[in-house]
Amino acid sequence: MTFNDLFRFALGSLGGHRLRTALSLLGMVIGVAAVVALTALGEGARRYVIEQFASIGTNLLIVVPGKTETTGLPGMVGGMPNELTLLDARALDRQIPEIDKVAPLVVGTDDASFGARRRQVAVVGSTWEFEEVRKLSVARGEFLPKADLQRGRPVVVLGLKVAQELFPGGEEPVGRIVRIGGWRMRVIGVLAPRGVQLGMNLDDVVIVPVVTAMKMFDRRSLFRIFVQVHGSAGLEATKQKVLRLLAERHDGTEDVTVLTQDALVATFSQILAALTLAVGAIAAISLSVAGIGIMNVMLVAVAERTREIGLLRAVGAGRRQVLVVFLTEAALLSAAGGLLGLAVGWLSIEILVQVFPALPASPPVWAVGAALALSFGVGLLFGWLPARRAARLDPVLALVSR
Amino acid sequence: MIRLEKICRTYQLGGQPVHALVDVDEHVPAGEHVAIMGPSGSGKSTLLYTLGCLDRPDSGSYWLAGREVARLSDEELTDVRRHHIGFVFQSFHLVPRLTAAENVELPMVFAGLPRAERRERVEAALASVDLSDRLDHRPDQLSGGERQRVALARATVMQPRLLLADEPTGNLDTSSGRQILDLLDHLNDAGTTLVVVTHDPSVARRAGRVIVLVDGHVVRRLPGGEVMGAADLFAP
Repeated sequence: MTFNDLFRFALGSLGGHRLRTALSLLGMVIGVAAVVALTALGEGARRYVIEQFASIGTNLLIVVPGKTETTGLPGMVGGMPNELTLLDARALDRQIPEIDKVAPLVVGTDDASFGARRRQVAVVGSTWEFEEVRKLSVARGEFLPKADLQRGRPVVVLGLKVAQELFPGGEEPVGRIVRIGGWRMRVIGVLAPRGVQLGMNLDDVVIVPVVTAMKMFDRRSLFRIFVQVHGSAGLEATKQKVLRLLAERHDGTEDVTVLTQDALVATFSQILAALTLAVGAIAAISLSVAGIGIMNVMLVAVAERTREIGLLRAVGAGRRQVLVVFLTEAALLSAAGGLLGLAVGWLSIEILVQVFPALPASPPVWAVGAALALSFGVGLLFGWLPARRAARLDPVLALVSR
Repeated sequence: MIRLEKICRTYQLGGQPVHALVDVDEHVPAGEHVAIMGPSGSGKSTLLYTLGCLDRPDSGSYWLAGREVARLSDEELTDVRRHHIGFVFQSFHLVPRLTAAENVELPMVFAGLPRAERRERVEAALASVDLSDRLDHRPDQLSGGERQRVALARATVMQPRLLLADEPTGNLDTSSGRQILDLLDHLNDAGTTLVVVTHDPSVARRAGRVIVLVDGHVVRRLPGGEVMGAADLFAP
């Protein structure tokens, strides 16, 4: 019996029971579609998060004072660790060519008021570079001026929410004088909406020149320094240069930590990939249910076609041939179900992407492959029992059965 | 062609052993036309299926064309059926979803014959039963007589030396039945050994020899021409 004959024979008997064939297909279609669609969703979420990080800037180094690892003897020799200063920030900017922009950061909280309205806000002290390093944009007015680092002018850029609360009813904030703590400052701009990023709600802050903030909070050191590296430069190499330069400036002790986005992104990516796998595995369970559906249908087919099986045996079909005929039917069922399920899954993803364009959902290749292979395998596995039953029928009893 | 020695076959029916064949000895030379008669449950169908290598005797020997087949494996028996034996059944046993041509093609599909040869043989076989114009008809589009003729074409398409028929006219009207019997006679004349199980004395009368089975025993052997009515045949 050639493969071609087998295929045609199996196709013919499946075609003979359209409704039953369609129903058992349906189970497989749903199973495969679920695997494809759910893993696509998981993968979409993973990519969404990565894109969010990328929008903050992937070639970003964050310099934090202090060492997170424990090294050497504690505090006996070195005393207090050196703090990050504005001069450190300027040195980074000037002495490391790979560095594109440096934004020093000082944070604190204080009251902001305009007239009778008053609320507590987070005060961020930084420089004009902060706008680009953190990919901010200004809705009205302008960002901090490109003035000398050391000049603390009394100007402020309001976060959207702060602006809305201090100036309700569409009043124009730009040009007005607001009070922040004990300081009178002129509003020069309002940020475009941004939301929470890296744990900071950028709609709920006010941004002032770094020196102004240092004066306000009576600080001499920086909270951290954001460093934007040139796109072409290696992030890791630059990180080492930053560490070396700051160690040099801090009497040879390495007392800062440099964080990169990469590590953070990798962690999130891993978590979400694991989640995708788990969701895919759960969906794969539905495939085994579909397999049981196929088994059911095949068992009914064997029972219904007992006389036909007897006849096939009489005209010279061997046990193995009968087994292969029924296995082929099961395999065809599951393969067709798998392909159809793939199409349905893909379609539902397309619809999803139409509705939520922000979600870059597409099924990972491994999931598509696994779903197809699994559906085929499940079909064969669950087709085995009915096919074996068909092959083991006693030909005489099969022929005379009702 | 066929030699049976002490063939016994017992099967269980509702917990009771049924002795379908008891020490059956028989010799059928090649080219003979034999009818098997007997009351219901006498074991005649069991004998036919044993001859057809679908059923295996519990004991005894069965030589088919000089080969002892009673102890062959399922695989080997399949091969014997494929190449040496054709079956015709009372209820035709056509596969309903297949056309007449596809039904006739079936034995050759399982034997793995090349497609071109199959086509040729299907056409020849259906022509020999006068159904050349029914190639693409499904069984439900054919009359009973036509169905049995398709079944006969299928039984002979592998050119078996032994043709077994189980009540071939049992579901047919007289004229269709006669047509089938004529075709069977014709095949027998051409050298095919023919064994027919029947209730009908008029069918048995065409056989060269009639074997009468009662309760698994061969009780009588007589020439076909001497068969009168069923009632006196089965009397002890």
